[in-house]
Amino acid sequence: MASNKKYWKSYQELENDTVVQNVANNEFVQDIPTDEFLGNKETLESSSTTRRDFLKYIGFTTAAATVAACEGPVNKSIPYVVKPNDIIAGVADWYATSMADGYDFANILVKTREGRPIQIMPNKDAKGSTTARVQASVLSLYDEKLRLKEPSKAKKKITWADAHNEIGTALTQLKEANKEVVLLTGTMASPSTDKIISEFIAAYPNVKHVVYDAISEYGAVEAFNAMYGVRALPSYKLGDAKAIVSFGADFLGDWHGGFEVEYAEGRKPENGEMSYHVQFESNMSLTGANADKRVVVKPSDQVYALLNLYKALTGTNVPSKATPVDAEIKKVAQVLKKAGKDAVVVTGINDKNAQLITLAINKVLQSEIIDTVNTIHTRQGDDMAVQQLVSNMKSGNVGGLITLNVDPAFTLPNASEFTGALDKVSLKVAMSTEFNSTVEAMDYALPISHYLESWGDTQFRAGQYGLMQPTIQLLFNTAQAQDILLKWSGSDSNYYNYLKTYWSDSVITDTSWNKVLHDGFYHTGVTDAPEAKDIDVASVASALAGSVKGSKYELSLYTTAGLGDGKQANNPWLQEFPDPITRASWDNYLSISMADANELGFKNPVRDNGAIDGNYATLKVNGVTLENVPVMIQPGQAKGSIGLSLGYGRTVGLKEEMQVGVNAYPFYKDFNNFQFDVSIEKTSGWHQFACTQVQKTIAGRHDILKVTTLKEYLTVDPKDHHHGWNKPAYVSYDHNEVEANSIDLWDEHNREMGHHFKLSIDLNTCTGCGACVVACHAENNVPVVGKKEVRIGRDMHWLRIDRYYSSEVETREDAKEQGLSRAEMYRALETEAENPEVTFQPMMCQHCNHAPCETVCPVAATTHGRQGQNQMTYNRCVGTRYCANNCPYRVRRFNWFNYSNNDEFDYNMNSDYGKMVLNPDVVVRSRGVMEKCSFCIQSTQATILQAKKEGRAVRTNEFSTACSSACSTGALVFGDVNNKEDAVTPLVTDKRAYGVLDYLQTKPNVIYQVKVRNTNEA
Amino acid sequence: MKSVFLHSKIKTYLLQSFTFLLLFNLSVASAQDVDEARQKEGRKLFKSLCASCHKLNGKLIGPALAGVETRRENDWLKSWIRNNAEFQKVNAEAREAAEYHPSAMTAFPQLTDQQIDDILYYTTVGEIKKEVVADTTAVAGGGKQGAPEWLIYILCAAIIVAFLMIASLLKQVNELKGNTKPEVQSNLRRDLEELWIGVKQNTFLHVTGTIFLLLITAYVGFGLLFKVGVDKGYSPLQPIAFSHKIHAGENKIECQYCHSSAKHSKHSGIPSVNVCMNCHMNIAEVAEGTEIEWDGITYGKAELDREIAKIYDAAGWDKENLEYTGKTKPIKWIRIHNLPDFAYFNHSQHVTVAGLKCQKCHGPVEEMDEMYQHSPLTMGWCIDCHRETKVDLKGNDYYKKIHDELAKKYNVEEVTIAQLGGKECGKCHY
Repeated sequence: MASNKKYWKSYQELENDTVVQNVANNEFVQDIPTDEFLGNKETLESSSTTRRDFLKYIGFTTAAATVAACEGPVNKSIPYVVKPNDIIAGVADWYATSMADGYDFANILVKTREGRPIQIMPNKDAKGSTTARVQASVLSLYDEKLRLKEPSKAKKKITWADAHNEIGTALTQLKEANKEVVLLTGTMASPSTDKIISEFIAAYPNVKHVVYDAISEYGAVEAFNAMYGVRALPSYKLGDAKAIVSFGADFLGDWHGGFEVEYAEGRKPENGEMSYHVQFESNMSLTGANADKRVVVKPSDQVYALLNLYKALTGTNVPSKATPVDAEIKKVAQVLKKAGKDAVVVTGINDKNAQLITLAINKVLQSEIIDTVNTIHTRQGDDMAVQQLVSNMKSGNVGGLITLNVDPAFTLPNASEFTGALDKVSLKVAMSTEFNSTVEAMDYALPISHYLESWGDTQFRAGQYGLMQPTIQLLFNTAQAQDILLKWSGSDSNYYNYLKTYWSDSVITDTSWNKVLHDGFYHTGVTDAPEAKDIDVASVASALAGSVKGSKYELSLYTTAGLGDGKQANNPWLQEFPDPITRASWDNYLSISMADANELGFKNPVRDNGAIDGNYATLKVNGVTLENVPVMIQPGQAKGSIGLSLGYGRTVGLKEEMQVGVNAYPFYKDFNNFQFDVSIEKTSGWHQFACTQVQKTIAGRHDILKVTTLKEYLTVDPKDHHHGWNKPAYVSYDHNEVEANSIDLWDEHNREMGHHFKLSIDLNTCTGCGACVVACHAENNVPVVGKKEVRIGRDMHWLRIDRYYSSEVETREDAKEQGLSRAEMYRALETEAENPEVTFQPMMCQHCNHAPCETVCPVAATTHGRQGQNQMTYNRCVGTRYCANNCPYRVRRFNWFNYSNNDEFDYNMNSDYGKMVLNPDVVVRSRGVMEKCSFCIQSTQATILQAKKEGRAVRTNEFSTACSSACSTGALVFGDVNNKEDAVTPLVTDKRAYGVLDYLQTKPNVIYQVKVRNTNEA
Repeated sequence: MKSVFLHSKIKTYLLQSFTFLLLFNLSVASAQDVDEARQKEGRKLFKSLCASCHKLNGKLIGPALAGVETRRENDWLKSWIRNNAEFQKVNAEAREAAEYHPSAMTAFPQLTDQQIDDILYYTTVGEIKKEVVADTTAVAGGGKQGAPEWLIYILCAAIIVAFLMIASLLKQVNELKGNTKPEVQSNLRRDLEELWIGVKQNTFLHVTGTIFLLLITAYVGFGLLFKVGVDKGYSPLQPIAFSHKIHAGENKIECQYCHSSAKHSKHSGIPSVNVCMNCHMNIAEVAEGTEIEWDGITYGKAELDREIAKIYDAAGWDKENLEYTGKTKPIKWIRIHNLPDFAYFNHSQHVTVAGLKCQKCHGPVEEMDEMYQHSPLTMGWCIDCHRETKVDLKGNDYYKKIHDELAKKYNVEEVTIAQLGGKECGKCHY
């Protein structure tokens, strides 16, 4: 039953910590220390400033400020000399292009203003989706600190011509000496670039091309190659699946590039059925958090459990071991058998044998969910070749090394070996968009254009192509790698012409180049399914079982939604982006289960100001030691397992503020995400986390979330007074229980005239990925406040995604009520934290029609518009913060400082380049004013104006906000409910629809759809 | 003082007589030779057909045409103008002439002999310098027209001083005559003294007086403070002496020809230099006698031609060889209408949707040599207009439904902008 559930955000709440209570009860945790200052007689008396002096100072500063303000600033208006035809100052242009940075690949639309890209949105025509990182990549374009600006040799500037000459000569010499030259690139998935590289190799036969992915999916690629003869990754049609069983595959995160769009299609209870998703995992991942059933299992047992599943499905005996989850495996086997061809099993273990076993299982199931035709081409790394390269370099067999946008000197597990062996290489050329450890270690550094400045093409999947086009003039003296390689090969063509010819000749069959360039993508027919070869399961299984060496603690390495492989570590939006699970920003940490933490003595105390601290640990894995790793206790972490994310801990070239976290790459031995032989030791000191999980809690208002099961959804009346899963709120009035909406503090207005905006948020299809959070950052000029400020709850996110844990037994009081002894209570709490259910809830200004904030504003700075938007007038706000204190949803944000043009906050709003990303239609707020979500009023107004100019009514579904446009799964739907055709209109009256805290009668314009879990076991 | 006046008077006379002489000679010459009707007709044809490629003096795409009849035979010119391509086949001189410019000259077979003759007549006699007469008289009469402001002040002061002197003189005269009335004066003095004592002792008067004074001070102070940041009349010195009066007023160029983004965008847009060059490629100098008032100084032809040269400098236009050099530089205009960042204003909403004339906010731009801020651009000024202005439906389908609903609600025939929601804070502040 939904209503019995209690929700909590942090395990500290379970302990009923008084500090946490205090934090929960206060909107602003810290008081302004006036009493502290004025109440202290000693400090006042010891002050050397007398009352007279004070008045003199005040008088003088006032006079000085007045005099200084007498002369207004002179603003210049500098027009173009020759205006480009398609630019109208003040009107945005959109371009369809593709992102491909070696880790993130996406079909995107880029919004430009006066020739500057300012926002990225998914190209939904191409079924594109964006993640937080793709959204934030527009800011990395303007990263003047990290990007390479000039070609250089041994850190001294040289010209492009000199660089070409010198490198060309060196290449020719190496060719004549027949010494191997290695071109080391990430996955580019670019057919035209592949061709250019093959021509480069034809010109220099001594060149070898090695593809290196920092985060490897080599196991899956090799397994698919072994079974189907194609070096790619299979795709999965999760939308059609009835049963999905995942062994540690974070397919809503970065696994295979993510499947959130397909997954969400199968999670719509309106269809009467939903996929049943079971996740076996050790870390709490985004995918596990969304699963219908999450089974915690430590890494070694995951491998055995996978083998046991094969055993249970086929009855064949394969070498394995018993695990604590064998009972679950048996149940799952039944579910899979029942679902048959609509079932699928996936695994995130980066091991060829483990991947082969899942392919074998899917073959046994005759799964039609696994798609062997539309194979994925965005992971092509060859781990063996990379390790071979390092050993060849060490033995002095490599004459030249050319890297392209990879950073092996940082991301290789044996990075020091690599850097050491570089001495034996005579020609060292780094082509890179940004400065990094590898660029630092090489002789030549050639600056490469950012993808938003480049031409290019991408083959995402077999038959699914994307074009890349420049959306801005080159910011620095950069060039494209393809142009450089063409030059070195002796071609006089430029890459643009090359690309155009290549596409006209080899890709496009039935349309024109201009059309494809306009659309940004091109889909061709795909070839027939490859035949599956038989594999010797027995030997594969025994090799797999033999590779696992279970230990007391086992490490599971993962990537976060914020930083991924760490390429964009200097991006303040991503650093400030709170992790969807832990809600921590500006850090990575060792996640550990509560049981293990108790055993090892780790704690996460909450400080008075609402900030969380953590102990440090010394972590030793396979002989590699890392000191001062902060520890975070993670509910749902498998006992005996620890998690640590890759991508953090970079220091070379980064701004000081961004040099956060610890580098986990040295642990990434053999590119295996599971590492055994782990020892942890507690060390002294406290780490200061910037974690928002105890901040902005719901203060016991558990009915903010409504969750039901598919069975109840289909059979029970939602409004039923006793059993309903979406029953209306009741309040006490005149000592009678009445429906909350029958009484009201405010007068009702007619809202049927003109537009009336509402936003529907489907808790079922929201995966918590956070793309909307970064989209909101970009659209609304939301400032970055830095680690210190986030730590004390002063983050400025207009839109946050609350993550709730839920369980049946709660606090100490609950335990007392249930008559549990002290020991039992702790055990109960521990059990609760062992594997809680997780629900995500995007939370922003609810735009209440009866808004408590508007009532209390003494200067009427926050008012209500007829179109349903709660408007915030910054120039009117005097910063009393009454509104924030009166807001039941805790969504108002106060500008404690000036975050722009302030060296204390040296992020994107403090540099000329960084400011280029600002949206010119939204003001940059200054100190002392309150701000919050505006329902993107600049965008709704622009839509209305467009309609007015064209003399027509606003079209159906024409209104959008940044978050709704960025949402890949369609969980956020924005529109005008006075247009009956708009997609949001039926959602408002859907039987799943509810307003949060409806008993307060604030009548929000944000509507949530009850989350439905499938507990039917298929 | 006297000598200065005298000096300037002599100068004026000299100037007047000199210009009269000059004019007399000129007008004798023109009055006798020029057939004004023919010249006018020829000028009209020249401006409409020839001026895009030819100037009278100075080359453009084609050669300068002043006095062309002295260089070529009348018949030759007629054949050339009617169809130069055909003419080239039979005439060697024409072939030579065609080499002047790579692009061929347009043929004008429709022109009659009379019309061509008129054009040629115009090229021979050129412009009639009538306006010079008007201008010189204006210059000559300039001294009479406007007395400088300081003079008025000095005069006033002199009158007051004189008045006081007369008054004291009269008093003295009276005293000398012995015609004084001491009793009356002492009565008046006593009354005044009593009144003063009364005022001094009246607390009520003190309190009300103080309050009154404070109120006045507050009112004045408030009014003064409210004007801080209101830049009505702001007219900074621009890098180029560009006169809206010449462009929008005398030449009647549409505002949106140059400020073309006003109908599409939030910005009206400062025209890029290539827009200036659309016309100024052919207009390197202003007409004889053109004048503007710029920063208190009168700019004549010489100054204005120098200003046009600034455009060429920015556009990288080589006036001699009539080609772009590629060496461009931006023109750094000073922005006059500055709204604060927190106020959102969109030109297209007002220009395209509401159909407002630019002058509604920017004032009589077509009469301004030097541009200045006409309106206060305060929020009160915006709101006042939003309160009063009725929504212009103009068959705009967007307003159809909402307007009817609102008209019914407010029981009016036409809804104002404010009733439509144009007074909501969030419509302009985000």
